[in-house]
Amino acid sequence: MATAVENFAGQPEVLDGALESQMTLSMGPQHPSTHGVLRLDLRLDGELVIKAIPDIGYLHTGMEKLFEYKKYQQGIVITDRMDYLNPLGNNLAYVMAAEKLLGLEIPERAQVIRVLMCELQRIASHMVWFGTSCLDMGAMTPFWFTFKEREKILNLIEAASGGRMTPSYFRIGGLMMDLPAGFDNRVRQFLDDFPDALNTFDTLITGNTIWHSRTKGVGIISKEDAIDWGLTGPSLRGSGVDLDLRKATPYSGYETYDFEVPVETDGDVWSRFKVRMHELTESYKIVRQALERLKPGPIKADAPKIVLPDRDDMRKHMDSLIHHFLIVAEGFNVPEGEVYHAIEASKGELGVYMKSNGGPKPERVHFRGPSFINLSALPVMAEGEMIADVVAIIGSLDIVLGEIDR
Amino acid sequence: MSVVADVIESTVAILKGMKRTLSEIPRHNWTVQYPDEPVTVQPRYRGQHLLHVDEAGKEKCVACYLCAAACPSDCIYIEAEDDARPYAERVGRDERYAKVYNIDYGRCIFCGFCVEACPKDAITHGYNFELSVYNRADLLKTKDDLLITKQVQSKNYRVALSSEDVDSEFKKIRTKGGEKTDR
Ligand code: SF4
Ligand code: SF4
Repeated sequence: MATAVENFAGQPEVLDGALESQMTLSMGPQHPSTHGVLRLDLRLDGELVIKAIPDIGYLHTGMEKLFEYKKYQQGIVITDRMDYLNPLGNNLAYVMAAEKLLGLEIPERAQVIRVLMCELQRIASHMVWFGTSCLDMGAMTPFWFTFKEREKILNLIEAASGGRMTPSYFRIGGLMMDLPAGFDNRVRQFLDDFPDALNTFDTLITGNTIWHSRTKGVGIISKEDAIDWGLTGPSLRGSGVDLDLRKATPYSGYETYDFEVPVETDGDVWSRFKVRMHELTESYKIVRQALERLKPGPIKADAPKIVLPDRDDMRKHMDSLIHHFLIVAEGFNVPEGEVYHAIEASKGELGVYMKSNGGPKPERVHFRGPSFINLSALPVMAEGEMIADVVAIIGSLDIVLGEIDR
Repeated sequence: MSVVADVIESTVAILKGMKRTLSEIPRHNWTVQYPDEPVTVQPRYRGQHLLHVDEAGKEKCVACYLCAAACPSDCIYIEAEDDARPYAERVGRDERYAKVYNIDYGRCIFCGFCVEACPKDAITHGYNFELSVYNRADLLKTKDDLLITKQVQSKNYRVALSSEDVDSEFKKIRTKGGEKTDR
């Protein structure tokens, strides 16, 4: 096999034994299977991928810089737009980082609702992953089934927050508002129908031999490599590493929920697929448990200088009104310091590094995005594979370009 | 031999999938023939804003600029004016009102922070999401477009209303056509 190495300028240098058939192929940025605007610079020998270089930045928005010009509370809306398939997870990571700096205690009910919504969002996110990764490999039907399930969840999220893709439901210190009346019954209704949907997926894809032959033994990454490249989330657990931040560094009361962390050892597309499918069941279990725990109670922390007062209070009491004015107009000061807070988002470890200089706006907010780091390991998996398998591998990484190009 | 086995297995897999797919035909349809049929939105849905008036038709907004301060995308523009006339002749409910109240829908991200910020319940989200225009300048909506008395509700959406679903912390308006659409 001919091999090529990069020289300093990024041009390929074909080493000895070069074949005439070697060529460079740009896959994307407008390609139906690249999940957004990702360009892959592929060096091919026939159909064999010798080198794969992800080229990102087509969606760059400068969001991280934008945080520096927004008050802490306003930053929440920016997080929605990063990993737009998992906006509630992003909200959670961001508000928890700020809460860590402020030292806020979040009441029980708010915690439970956060877990409930995040797990629903995880199911929705996995639905998109499942639908699109099948679509990439030519299986069109599952897509419609998964988007039906996702639609149900988006309706629930819309019912709670008012937004479908951009909920901004969490606030520093609690939630935007309480769940609407009857919400738990609607979630139960969704959950009752969900196993049926899982069965459908099994019939269509999981037990399908065509699917097995497309995924088994494709895009292998070893345990050591997966750790070295910093993979997180289902992509890491597909390689046999049992790391889930919900278990390793529990937050929002995850330590009290009963769920398993699925781990597969083969490190191929099929393993990552199985991990995610299993996670759907686990999320389903967590949502069920969270529903049981929904007890009436406050949804905002007791911090009148940070958290907006209750609206009725604000209308009736002068001091609440004054606090309301001050918080909205000037924001709140966050004590000087820096924190890193990571949560298990649907795609892996979503970390927020936040630095405060004591003012109402953060000095720096940085996101450790799981898609970005998982994508960097793509060459390891794709090199030596056939070009048709590259789309399978991209699909199995579950990347979202909005979060890669922050 | 294994080729034959492969072909048979694949065919079985396809048939199984096809069976499941075809069994979907008599079931409830999830897609909506928009715009021939209206889309259902949830009661908290954040659409185009409404500026509210009181029972006598006086504007509730007191031009306190809180919504503008809360707005993450700086898209609210207000000019305040004092109006010392008696209540019956005034424009606003209070002695101060917004002479100019613009929202630039080219910038608005429908986050709801302005609604949360307003101490007078003067601004809420409506349900209208049909905001496309041919000219970018038309995205700048003035008070004339935003006042609840001036807005024409589109027929292309209906609000999901059901006995257990109704919940409103600061959304007092209800649009007509509320049938039980909880799916
Ligand atoms: S919805 Fe958000 S972006 Fe739009 S005007 Fe209100 S605060 Fe500004
Ligand atoms: S809409 Fe509400 S927040 Fe905005 S200026 Fe008027 S009264 Fe103040």
